[in-house]
Amino acid sequence: MVVASTEGGMSVEEISKEKPESIIRSKIEVAVGMQKFQAREIAFGLGIDSKLISRTAEVIIGCYRAFSELDATMVEINPLIISKNDHILALDCKMSFDNNALFRRNQVSELRDKAQENSNEVYASDRGLNYVSLEGNIGNIINGAGLAMASMDMIKLAGGEPANFLDVGGGATPEKMVKAFKLISQDEKVKVILVNIFAGINRCDWVAEGIVQALKKIKIDMPLIIRLAGTNVEKGNKILKESKIKYIEASTLEDAANKAVVALKKLEN
Amino acid sequence: MSILIDNKTNIIVQGFTGKFGSFHAEEMIKYGTNIVGGVTPGKGGQKHLGLPVFNTVKDAVKNTGATASILFVPPEFAADSAMEAADAGIKTCVAITDGIPSHDMIRIKRYMKRYFKKNKMTLVGPNCAGIISPGKALLGIMPGHIYMQGEVGVIGRSGTLGYEAAQQMKNLNIGVSTSVGIGGDPINGCSFRDILEKLEQDDQTKAILMIGEIGGPQEVEAGKFAKENMSKPVVAYIAGLTAPKGRVMGHAGAIVSAYGESAVEKVELLKECGVTISKNPSVMGETVKLVLNGKKIQS
Repeated sequence: MVVASTEGGMSVEEISKEKPESIIRSKIEVAVGMQKFQAREIAFGLGIDSKLISRTAEVIIGCYRAFSELDATMVEINPLIISKNDHILALDCKMSFDNNALFRRNQVSELRDKAQENSNEVYASDRGLNYVSLEGNIGNIINGAGLAMASMDMIKLAGGEPANFLDVGGGATPEKMVKAFKLISQDEKVKVILVNIFAGINRCDWVAEGIVQALKKIKIDMPLIIRLAGTNVEKGNKILKESKIKYIEASTLEDAANKAVVALKKLEN
Repeated sequence: MSILIDNKTNIIVQGFTGKFGSFHAEEMIKYGTNIVGGVTPGKGGQKHLGLPVFNTVKDAVKNTGATASILFVPPEFAADSAMEAADAGIKTCVAITDGIPSHDMIRIKRYMKRYFKKNKMTLVGPNCAGIISPGKALLGIMPGHIYMQGEVGVIGRSGTLGYEAAQQMKNLNIGVSTSVGIGGDPINGCSFRDILEKLEQDDQTKAILMIGEIGGPQEVEAGKFAKENMSKPVVAYIAGLTAPKGRVMGHAGAIVSAYGESAVEKVELLKECGVTISKNPSVMGETVKLVLNGKKIQS
């Protein structure tokens, strides 16, 4: 989809509400790519002078090429101007790229400037962890993005604030657990850690051993709440109990979130 | 009945001889799924796990009568494999693969337009846990034992959160007709709405649980569909109440960018459609139970 408008200086969402007629939309057939007539229609729609139509159309088609050939998810030019000597120029441009396609777009991945990003987030992404830093003080280690979001929601409902979103992947392998504990323990905001793993094919006993191993390597001196669920949950909890690690066992999602908040309140008092 | 798969469905595994494919093929066979063979280009004619390996999906379909497949193919080759399945006449294809580029998904969807509706493959996923019709067949990577056979259809974007729901329901003695993981990517093969439509027509299904999350308009579209076309009650939980705007939360598709994509807004819009909301993730099972017992819930 290509969207164009002569109304600059405000967000496209507002323009579409206030002056819907000033927005030109064109649906591209991806199998054949953008056609010249579509670019011309947009150029005419923008009120471009007849003698500049084909040059403007070229620029528009160029944008589409950049979009498709670089696996972009968005290409935005604002403003596009006509100079005094009739050059069509893009004065500013924003592009977003598909992370999943970076394996075939080296020229795009090279542009990444890690200095501009949160250092913990860079640490996480370099180690295959899905991590987003947040404002709260309850650190999370969870397998699966949906379960991670759900656990954060439960923390909030229990009266706490999550310090992060962290998905170690469905498998929750011992290697990932080590990395996850390391990452969370580096975060100075974190006062309590909540681990919530729903083990499927990767049984709880295996996950529990991973946690025990991880905690041998990384020292944690703050309350640690662990909730295991799924395959072999009894075995998993037994392994945790028999190990020397200090932790609070939780049975359900709600129980885990409540215990995390209680532990935090104890620290604060 | 159940939807998409049952114990008679002939199933092949694409990416059969790989580590991931082999492991999960064994798990599916253990569950009782009727796996009839697999495809790995260049290994045709061999046997793997006692089953025939074929070079192409067409060969596999011709020789085994397969109508469903599951993809354990790396992201760079997954689009190709999905289109190969569609062209070979596979009716249901589950793409487990995580990390398929969005432009490739657009290509797959475009490619599928060449088939008439009745010949068109249902693509489930990618980046999903797959499908399970408890007691009958497992075409996915979920732990089969947490699902009890029953009358609730489940649709979800997340794998482990779906397991959480299945476990909660099992603890309350509530079973599942079919559970479908549509995946966490921004562009899916099929949507909540597509699966709702199938569950509405399924005799075994009495109620539906949708497990959604932030990002995209899908859940709300499904809610509107339910309001206008469905007789069965729908329960929904939307994850990501605490998710900040503009950030990708693990799933590539879990990002709030426009109105109606945050958890709070989705919940409001779904309520307007008459969908019963599970107000937090630990009461998904209980909420389904109340709805099955015919209770209206004020939330």
